[in-house]
Amino acid sequence: MLMHRKIFAIAMAFAAVHCGILFAGFFAPYMPSAQHREHAYARPTKLHFVDAQGQVHIRPFVYPSVPVEGEGFQYREDPSSGYPIRFLSRKSDGIHLLAVDSQADLFLFGTDGYGRDIFSRLLFGGRISLLAAMVATLLSLLIGVAAGGIAGHFGGAVDAVIMRSSELVLALPWIYLLLAIRGSLPLHVEPTRTLILLSAVIGAMGWARPARLIRGVVLSARERPFVSAARGFGASEWYLLRRHVLPQTLGVITAQAVTLIPQFVAAEATLSFLGLGIGEPVPSWGNMLSAFQQFQTVSSYWWMAAPLVALVAVSLTYFVLADALHQAGARINSGQSYA
Amino acid sequence: MRILDYLKRRFLHAVLLLAAISVLTFGIAQLAPGTFLDEMRLNPQISAQTVDSLRVQYGLDQPLPVRYLRWIASAFAGEFGYSLAYNMPVSALLWTRMRNTFLLGTTAMLIAWSLALPLGIWGAFRPKGWIDRGNSAISTLLLSSPELALGMLFMLAAARFGVLPTGGMTSLYSEQTGFAVADVIRHLAIPATVLALVAAPMLLRHVRAAMLEAWNSPFVKAAKGHGIGNRRLLLHHALPAAANPLISLFGLSLAGLVSGSFLIEVIMGWPGLGPLFINAIFARDLHVVMAVVMLFSVLLVIANLISDVLLYAVDPRVRAEC
Repeated sequence: MLMHRKIFAIAMAFAAVHCGILFAGFFAPYMPSAQHREHAYARPTKLHFVDAQGQVHIRPFVYPSVPVEGEGFQYREDPSSGYPIRFLSRKSDGIHLLAVDSQADLFLFGTDGYGRDIFSRLLFGGRISLLAAMVATLLSLLIGVAAGGIAGHFGGAVDAVIMRSSELVLALPWIYLLLAIRGSLPLHVEPTRTLILLSAVIGAMGWARPARLIRGVVLSARERPFVSAARGFGASEWYLLRRHVLPQTLGVITAQAVTLIPQFVAAEATLSFLGLGIGEPVPSWGNMLSAFQQFQTVSSYWWMAAPLVALVAVSLTYFVLADALHQAGARINSGQSYA
Repeated sequence: MRILDYLKRRFLHAVLLLAAISVLTFGIAQLAPGTFLDEMRLNPQISAQTVDSLRVQYGLDQPLPVRYLRWIASAFAGEFGYSLAYNMPVSALLWTRMRNTFLLGTTAMLIAWSLALPLGIWGAFRPKGWIDRGNSAISTLLLSSPELALGMLFMLAAARFGVLPTGGMTSLYSEQTGFAVADVIRHLAIPATVLALVAAPMLLRHVRAAMLEAWNSPFVKAAKGHGIGNRRLLLHHALPAAANPLISLFGLSLAGLVSGSFLIEVIMGWPGLGPLFINAIFARDLHVVMAVVMLFSVLLVIANLISDVLLYAVDPRVRAEC
């Protein structure tokens, strides 16, 4: 019972994170590239519940912020008139969950140097980061399943070559290899092509571990009695592989997908942070953080670190999910043994 | 005699691996669409003849296999090729930076192991106790924080409280004031802590698992039945039995630190191999890129070799297998 509740909680957190990112246009108050130059480096907007007369409102409201004269990037609230937050309001670019009238601004996580809303960029950037990670994972698993399946099923020289090359990939310090490969490709490309390039590079790096695991599963699967029986009835090798052996690798594949995605999210963030990934103006969690290479940002504009929290949150949900899958798998395996 | 055979086999394996890595690294570097000289060609103050003569001088007009052999030869001569951006042999660039990276890496490794060993052993000794539960919660959080996130959060904290420096390895004028060592230690504190926190959770889990297995094994129970105290049981009976996976882990943990230290160095401005590498990528200074990748591969292979030999020395089961 406790286990069910735990899995339910994990699934809810997982769904919440992904819905927020998938429907970024709905949850984000602004477009990711919308600039509010007069509000550059604004702190997160405060939500108020009590107005100047001491009256309590259920609907939160914000005060418009005005620049402080003579000081750069300093703002104060103008308490003369409050603007309530409107839920599900229709704007020119569709329905938004949260919005305020255009006289005030709603910067939940503050703004960056161009006055772009960090909360909105976080949601839209998550799309890019997660998409890149998922495509890369898919690629890794495809290569991994193909290599591992072939190595395990056919054995011999093919097996030896594939396994030695996977050892080679695992032996290299992967971040250096990743950067070396990325460095040997064109440095400046447009965002969509970068996305493809990045996913391909990251994906091509990650195949070794899934391949080795899948080889193990395939090796044990082809010795199972029902596979031998099918072979005895005259089933072809490809039929066996497709019908009996590969379905057994599904558990490993899911587990690997859940572990690889957060790793690749971090890899994308790292590359974009270093300026080798997705470039402006398209937001990604990595390039939003690259402002932190300047000490000014670190010391004064701490709210720009919001993508860090998102990175940890996404990794944590995947990590806990992987853990739950692992435990569920262990229980199933201990309950019913094949041998 | 058998140890020699074992060593010979491991060594041969390591050499073959390194040879394959060198071919791979060289191949990847040659895929690059632009070279340092191409960037130079864009500079109107440098004539085309100069660039062409540089091409010949650096041997870039030679066919691929020749260039590969030259590169290998220069690596064996201790030069690791020639840096076009810095205009000096790559080795001259590498040594001081490698020293700094080593300083950071070994400090972090010491911190990580001195956290993981006692906590892991205690977790196995009292599983589900409050220390064990606390460890598991914190290590889950740390394991799921990417190095980038952890490094930056620490840097933000440092900037906010202003007690420790947020970057670099030395302060200005530290040489004159006579506190040079203390100054480096102050600068080392944050990057080393971050790196240790990145590495420690994985170590902790393995230590705990290995100790748990050893602790519950029949021979420890038998020893317990003979009335041997917990302390002696833990240190003299369980720990040696749990050492095998931990020694293999030692090699792997070095690999983790090496990959991790790169990013932390770049974030915190630690003058190690990380910033050199990233600048070389942007400058298309391919010999530096290749040298750093090779250097780390050599380090990893040596670390694995050492842990193999240690395993052979410590674990009688390994000796029996050979």
